[in-house]
Amino acid sequence: MSKRDARVGLLFASPWILGFLIFLTYPLIASLIYSFTNFSILRPPKLIGLQNYNELFHDEVFYKSLSNTLLYVAGAVPLSTVVAIALALLLNTKVKGMSVYRTMFFLPTLVPMVALGTLFSWVFNGDFGLLNEAFHKVNDSRAMDLISSARSILLQAPYHKISVPPPNWMGDPAWTKWTLILISIWGCGQAMVIYLAGLQDVPVSLYEAAELDGAKLWAKTMKVTLPMISPVILFNVVMAIIGSLQIFAVPYVMFPGGAPARSTYFYASYLYDNAFQYQRMGYASAMGWVLFVITLSLTLIALKLSEKHVHYESN
Amino acid sequence: MDPLTAKAVIGLSIAAVVLVSTAFLGDQVVSRQARKDRVNVIYWEKWTGAEGQEMRKVVDAFNKSQDRVFVSYLSISGVDTKTMLATAGGNPPDVAGIWDNQLYEFSDAHALTDLTQLAHNAGLNSSYYIKGYWDVLNYRDHLWALPSTPASIALHVRPDLVPSEVATPETFPKTIEGLDALVDKISKKKPNGDLVMAGFLPSNPGWWNWSWGMYFGGKLVDGDRLTLDSPENIRAFKWIGSYAKRFGSKEVQNFQSGFGAFATPQDPFMEGKVATEINGTWKGNYIRVYHPELKWFAVPFPYPANRPDLEGHTQLAQDVLTIPRGAKHIKEAFEFIRFVQRQDVMEGLCSGHGKNSPLEKVSDRFFTTNVNKYIRLFDRLARSPKAFGPPQIGILPQLQNEISVAFQEVSTEQKTPEQALHDAQVRVTAQWQTYKSQVLDR
Repeated sequence: MSKRDARVGLLFASPWILGFLIFLTYPLIASLIYSFTNFSILRPPKLIGLQNYNELFHDEVFYKSLSNTLLYVAGAVPLSTVVAIALALLLNTKVKGMSVYRTMFFLPTLVPMVALGTLFSWVFNGDFGLLNEAFHKVNDSRAMDLISSARSILLQAPYHKISVPPPNWMGDPAWTKWTLILISIWGCGQAMVIYLAGLQDVPVSLYEAAELDGAKLWAKTMKVTLPMISPVILFNVVMAIIGSLQIFAVPYVMFPGGAPARSTYFYASYLYDNAFQYQRMGYASAMGWVLFVITLSLTLIALKLSEKHVHYESN
Repeated sequence: MDPLTAKAVIGLSIAAVVLVSTAFLGDQVVSRQARKDRVNVIYWEKWTGAEGQEMRKVVDAFNKSQDRVFVSYLSISGVDTKTMLATAGGNPPDVAGIWDNQLYEFSDAHALTDLTQLAHNAGLNSSYYIKGYWDVLNYRDHLWALPSTPASIALHVRPDLVPSEVATPETFPKTIEGLDALVDKISKKKPNGDLVMAGFLPSNPGWWNWSWGMYFGGKLVDGDRLTLDSPENIRAFKWIGSYAKRFGSKEVQNFQSGFGAFATPQDPFMEGKVATEINGTWKGNYIRVYHPELKWFAVPFPYPANRPDLEGHTQLAQDVLTIPRGAKHIKEAFEFIRFVQRQDVMEGLCSGHGKNSPLEKVSDRFFTTNVNKYIRLFDRLARSPKAFGPPQIGILPQLQNEISVAFQEVSTEQKTPEQALHDAQVRVTAQWQTYKSQVLDR
């Protein structure tokens, strides 16, 4: 590359470089410095050493919000990964009008988070939400009568109408996190598109060879498809872990204050409250850096665990 | 210069010009309403809708009343956070309309201008205001705000949903035990236990979970000490827990999740899902707008039978006007705030909001023309020696959050009242110690 090319290249890239320096690098370094200070926004920061970190590790709410977040990650990442792969496999078949289906499954990811929170507040409403209405319909259906009758005949027990009590998705602390985990499926369209691209890169010759060896659909999926898209799976899983650790908008809209009883109080919510509600920027900065370390650790663990299972073509 | 480099330089120059112009013109855009011949005072207020319109009338009247100052009124959401950030950024509004319970945190953060001397010079002192309201505005011997509209809190009752013998303010139960007995009598359930109508729910509307202890004679802060787990507060939380037992905690959660939002026709009180509801002076105004034919009355919230000394207690709440630190036109901003404090202006504003007046002197006309037919009760409650405001402590947001968590833990039967309040006390005490060393002792 000539000097001229380098100069022109840098000049064209300079808006991004400037943006990166001003809006990312500077806040990054500043937040690291602030994490060692007592900083209430309106007064100059005062160095306090490791006090914020020390307080953090003795803060009960910190552990509560962290455990909520990790539980969410543990539920949402596998679930949305499985759903995204399943959808991608379905959308990779040769069916008429496939582009329409692909668009339909991708569209939900474009819904803004706040609108999503409001929408799901109605879907999961314990009293008259759409989901519980479906529960009521199933409970009142003839099929439940038949199941109840069959049970009483088989067990030779008196007839007792079987019904599945609909959960209080948003009011019962035992259910609230599961509600959010279920909602996470809504956003799997983005990952689905990436899986779809990965699936289309799988050489047809491998399927043909597998068929010659007598492999059926299940064997082809497990032995050819999944190993071949394993780098894509790894990428999506790492991105999903990072995204899930930062969950904020939907619970903020659906469960103000992490209600009930902090069962939906996530790490990012506590960080936000410290920064903007309690004016503790230094403490919030320390939280940000701890989250960074946690994210980095989980990413490294994911990369380490995947070493034996991810197949790269260059291998 | 080669053509490619020239293009890049031109492109970047245009981008730089746009960026710089935006930065400079930004201020002009904010001041769209501004008058060039006057001092422009920027006023940020939380209200939208009818309440915002009433305040806008006051602003218009002020702008017409003189030719030196022009107030630009801007309704914004999240006025508290935005004011704090704008103050930190060195470009705050001249007047910010926030809530009274934020004064202590803002004051400790040095986010507000001390109004003590300005008010004194303008003749605004304790004798001009109802004592309870004035006390809330003063913190650490300084005045930090003046009221825009105040409120007191009372129990709102639907006479059509209670037996006729208690369907008047005079005959309605005066004690908490009497209220509980009434709730047992009138609440309705389906055969499967689902609630259809609740006589009363401590969790509705759930805005003042921190104040329940006060209705039992308790305090949250006693001098420098936090007293969340005092016997009175535990008693209050046992009473809250009794409602979870009475109706079933899951049944209450299910029932409440179907409540419509406040300030809509689906409000649970207006819809008849609850027969009584603790709420502020403003409730009558919303009933008038969304359900004008609804019959209702208000009574002081009942007191514990063994604490008759608490009769006539109420919680005070205020919307307040402050001047953020670093405001560019302090004198003019205060001129506007002083205008709002005029008896005729204040009465017009409070009347439009359906609220009582914070001023000691109130005209007869105010009572006869106020849209709230129980305005005399709210005025009387505000003047009661048993009226209480928010605890004056800088960690009030944390305190309120922790009490709310304890409230939810008791309501969902996760913890006993003693355990929930003890845990909250431990957490808030730790926060208070940190606050004292990092904010107060700095």
